[in-house]
Amino acid sequence: MEMTNGQFYVTSVDKFARWAQKSSMWPLTFGLACCAIEMMNLVAPRYDAARFGAEVFRASPRQADLLIVSGRVANKMAPVIQQIYQQMPEPKWVVAMGACAASGGIFDNYAVVQGVDHLIPVDIYVPGCPPTPDAVLDAVLKLQDSIQSGRSKGGVMAREA
Amino acid sequence: MKPEALSESFARSFPSEVETLETPFEIPQYRVKPESLRVVLQFLKQQGYTMLLDIGGVDYHPKSPRFEVVYHLLDIQSNDRVRLRCSPQDEDPVVPSVADLWASAAPAEREVFDLFGVRFSGHPNLTRILMPDDWEGYPLRKDYPLRGPRDEVEAKFAAERNRYYAPKLAGDL
Repeated sequence: MEMTNGQFYVTSVDKFARWAQKSSMWPLTFGLACCAIEMMNLVAPRYDAARFGAEVFRASPRQADLLIVSGRVANKMAPVIQQIYQQMPEPKWVVAMGACAASGGIFDNYAVVQGVDHLIPVDIYVPGCPPTPDAVLDAVLKLQDSIQSGRSKGGVMAREA
Repeated sequence: MKPEALSESFARSFPSEVETLETPFEIPQYRVKPESLRVVLQFLKQQGYTMLLDIGGVDYHPKSPRFEVVYHLLDIQSNDRVRLRCSPQDEDPVVPSVADLWASAAPAEREVFDLFGVRFSGHPNLTRILMPDDWEGYPLRKDYPLRGPRDEVEAKFAAERNRYYAPKLAGDL
């Protein structure tokens, strides 16, 4: 390939792959409760996650990188969320959005799992009931930072490290 | 049908089966024995109460009779409503199913069965509808522990008590 004006950029394959991963984090369309209403705002014009490459909510877990657990996880939803997590291709990341996804929140009862981290590994917890969309956006940005710096690799890569 | 006319026709057709109750609201309410529930509901359906709004369950533990199944009917023409209350026995409560009269009764009865453990005899598919299929116990009964199986865990630490105990899916997590 012929270089134009002799300019080029040196990087490593690893760094380039991480840049690609962080720049196109596609979340999964997976709303569980009222937090999902706030999550929808993430891609609407006011917060516009498209600015950070995370606007494409995919309807299939096979095409998604980011699972935003938005709301309380009922006992009956537990096997579903595990299966969906398994269906997502590596590398994959999980954001526990809101008090319920992080710890069960106010629902300390028979029907609700006390935190989604009993079921699947979580990368970032977002506090709030519900968190504002900019808090979730901040979580996505922090996740992007940690992917870029190599701290958070996600899924299988995290276990190997 | 107006409430007075309804009470009169009940007194004429079902003098011993139906008991008129006081009502704090506009909806007239009646108590029916489980064995005569089906004929009374069939009668009401013929009288114009063609829509079954809901079937609810109540647990009055520790009072007796403990359980109550409540039927709400609506007459679409006159916009009149009626409420029937039916108390099955305390041990092994059974109420006849009305899923053949109203198709919408089938899921409503499953819900009452799921949460209160009231069985509906003659139901086409009486299985759990809200809780997982292998769940034990009936969560909306007054003597059911608030945290369910987690309340029975003798735990030194809070995390122990909050653990999720359901079986995991096959595969690597």
